[in-house]
Amino acid sequence: MDLNELLKQNRGRRSLLQALGVAAVGISFGGLAACSKSEGKKLANGEEAKLNFYNWDTYIGETTLDDFKKSTGVEVTMDLFDSNDTLFAKFKAGNPGYDVIVPSNDFVERMIRADMLEPLDHAQIPNLKNVDPAFINVDYDPGRKFSMPYTWLVLGIGYRKSKVKAKPDSWKVLFDSPEYAGRIAWLSEAGDMFRLYGKYLGKSVNSLTPAEIETISAMMIKQKPNVKKFHEDDGQDLLLKGDCDVVLEYNGDIAQAMVEDDDLDFIVPKEGSQLNSDTLCIPKGAPHPKNAHAFINYMLDGEVGKKIAETILFPTPNLAAKALMPDSYKNNQVIFPPADVLAKCEYAKFNEKLQPLYEEAFTKVRAS
Amino acid sequence: MAEQDWKTNKRVFAAVSLPTLLWTLLFFVIPMAIVWFYSFGENKGLTEIEFSGTLENYKRATEFLYLGIFGKSFAVAALVTLICLIIGFPVAMAITFASEKWRPWLLLGIMLPFWTNLLIRTYALMILLGSQGFANKGLEALWSSASWLKTLVGMQPLPTWEPVQLLFNNFAVVFGLVYVHLPFMVLPLYAALDRLDRSLIEASLDLGAGHFRTIMRIVVPLAAPGIVAGVMITLIPALGAYLTPDLMGGTDSQMIANVIERQFKKANDWPFGAALSFILIYAMFILIALQSMRRKVPEAR
Repeated sequence: MDLNELLKQNRGRRSLLQALGVAAVGISFGGLAACSKSEGKKLANGEEAKLNFYNWDTYIGETTLDDFKKSTGVEVTMDLFDSNDTLFAKFKAGNPGYDVIVPSNDFVERMIRADMLEPLDHAQIPNLKNVDPAFINVDYDPGRKFSMPYTWLVLGIGYRKSKVKAKPDSWKVLFDSPEYAGRIAWLSEAGDMFRLYGKYLGKSVNSLTPAEIETISAMMIKQKPNVKKFHEDDGQDLLLKGDCDVVLEYNGDIAQAMVEDDDLDFIVPKEGSQLNSDTLCIPKGAPHPKNAHAFINYMLDGEVGKKIAETILFPTPNLAAKALMPDSYKNNQVIFPPADVLAKCEYAKFNEKLQPLYEEAFTKVRAS
Repeated sequence: MAEQDWKTNKRVFAAVSLPTLLWTLLFFVIPMAIVWFYSFGENKGLTEIEFSGTLENYKRATEFLYLGIFGKSFAVAALVTLICLIIGFPVAMAITFASEKWRPWLLLGIMLPFWTNLLIRTYALMILLGSQGFANKGLEALWSSASWLKTLVGMQPLPTWEPVQLLFNNFAVVFGLVYVHLPFMVLPLYAALDRLDRSLIEASLDLGAGHFRTIMRIVVPLAAPGIVAGVMITLIPALGAYLTPDLMGGTDSQMIANVIERQFKKANDWPFGAALSFILIYAMFILIALQSMRRKVPEAR
C-alpha cells in the first residue's frame, strides 16, 4: 500500500489528519500575517484581492476556488479544520484572520450567542433565491441573518452489505444488541451519541434530562464490550479497511466511500436521527468582508453548487444546483434518504447546560 | 584550562543566556502561567473565563473517575517504559559492542524513524495491524498452509481463519507507544554504556562471574544514570501520549491526555482542562524531583 493510498484512505470531511490540521494552523498563522501586510492590488470594492477560507476537508469542488479567482480575481487561501470544536477553540481567542468559515448549525447558534459572527448583508447575496425555502427560516438562525446553508447531512448507519444478515434499519443494531459484537464503531462525539440514544428511546434529541443521561450511560456501558472503536468521524475508512462492518456515520461520508466500494450502503434508522447543516458564515473581524459576501454568493450559484455537489456528494440545500444534477444524485437514497424517515429527524439545538454533562458521562463510559 | 565560573565573566554569561531565558520566559513560563491561572477560574458564558480563585476544578479533577484515568495512564506509561527498557538495553549493548564500522549504521537505524512524522508512523502501524492488515494476512497464510498440511496427512482441516484483533485495543496502544518511544530509551542507554570501562567487564569475567552476573553486578550499576535518564525520558512523554491511544486504542483506551484534549475542544471547559493538565505537570515534577534526589545519594555516601 503506497503513501498516496494511505493518505487517501484517511480523507473524509471530519477525518482530516490531525497533524495536517496542526500544520495548516502553523502555516496559516505565518501565511495570514504575511497576507495582511503585503498590499495587493485593490479591487473595485476597495479590498485587496484576497480571501481566507476555513473549511472542512474534502468539502469543496475540485476547481471551485480556481474558478472563483478567474471570475473575480480574488485569490482564496483555504485552510482545513476537522471539527467544530477546533473551529470554536480557535476563534475563542479572536479571529485569526479568516473571512469565511463553515460551522454546523449548533455551532452557528453557539457562535451567534458568543457574538463571533458578522451579520450578512442579503443585498450582496442575490443567489439566496436558489436556496430551498425550507432552509431559510431555521431555528438556529431565523431568517438567515448570520449563515447561509452550504450542505445538510444526516447521521445513520453505514454498513457492509455482505456482512449483515438484514438491513440494519434500527439503532438497536448499534446501541442495544450483541448481534454484530466487535464489528461496531460509534462516533466519538458525546453529544451526538446521547442524542441518538435518546432517539432510539423515542425521545426528542433536544429534550434529554440528566436522569435520562444516567440511564443512557448505563445502556452504553452495557453495549460497550460489543463496540470496537469510537471513531473520529472516519467510520467510512473503518468500513473500507474491513475493520468494522456497522458504523455510525454521516450520509455524505458513506456516499463518498461507496464510490470506491459498492459493497457499502447507508440507512437512516426507522426511529429517526439527527440532522446537521453546514453553513457559510463571516466571522467577526474578517479582513475582507466584501470579498466574503461575493464568495458566499458565488458558492450559492446553481452551476457552482452543482460542481461542488458532484465532488463532495453531500445533499445540497441549493435547489438551482440540485436541478442541474443527474438523477443518480437526485434519486440516491443515501444522499437523499426517503422523506418518511427524514420527517422523524431533528436538528440538535445547542445546549450550554447539557454539553458538559454529555462529556463527563461519556468520559465515564470510556473509563468503565 | 581553568574552569570557567559565571561569576568571573558575568557579561559573557548574560549575553549567552539571555536569548534562551527570554525564549523560555516568552514561550514557556508566560503561557504556562496563563494556563495555571485558568485552572483557578470558571467559565462565564461561552468565551470568557473568569479568574475567581476557585478550587472547584481541582476538586473535580481529583474525583475518583479522573484519578482512575490518571492511574491507568500511569500504569500504561510504566508498562511501556519497562518494555522499552527490556528491549532497549540489549540493543544498546549490542550497538556498544558492535565494530566501529557498524556502529554509525546501527545508530542511524535507531534514529531513522524519528525523521518520519509520528502520525505517518502510527497510520503505517495501523495498516500493519488492521484486521485486513499485513500481520493478519501473514498469519492467515500460515494458518491455511497448516490446514493444508493436515489434510495432506489425512486429518480434518483447521476451522476457517478468524482475523486476530491486533488493533483498537489496549495491546495496540502499548505496542504503538513502545514502537514510538524505543529510541528515547536506547539513545541514553547507549550514551551511558559507551562510556563504560570495558576492562571492568573483562575483569569480572576473568574472575569467574558469569555473563548474566557480570551484566547485573557490573554493567547495570555503572549504567544506572543512563537507565534513569532513559526511564524518565520515556515515561514522561508516554504519560502524556494522546495520539496513539486515540488512533490505535479501543473503546476503553483513553488516557489522561485524551481527556484533557476533550476539555479544551468538545467540552469547552478550559479551566477544568487546565486543572487536569497541571495535576499531570505536578506529577511529572515529582518524578523529576525524585530522580534528582536519587542522583544526590551516591555523592552523600
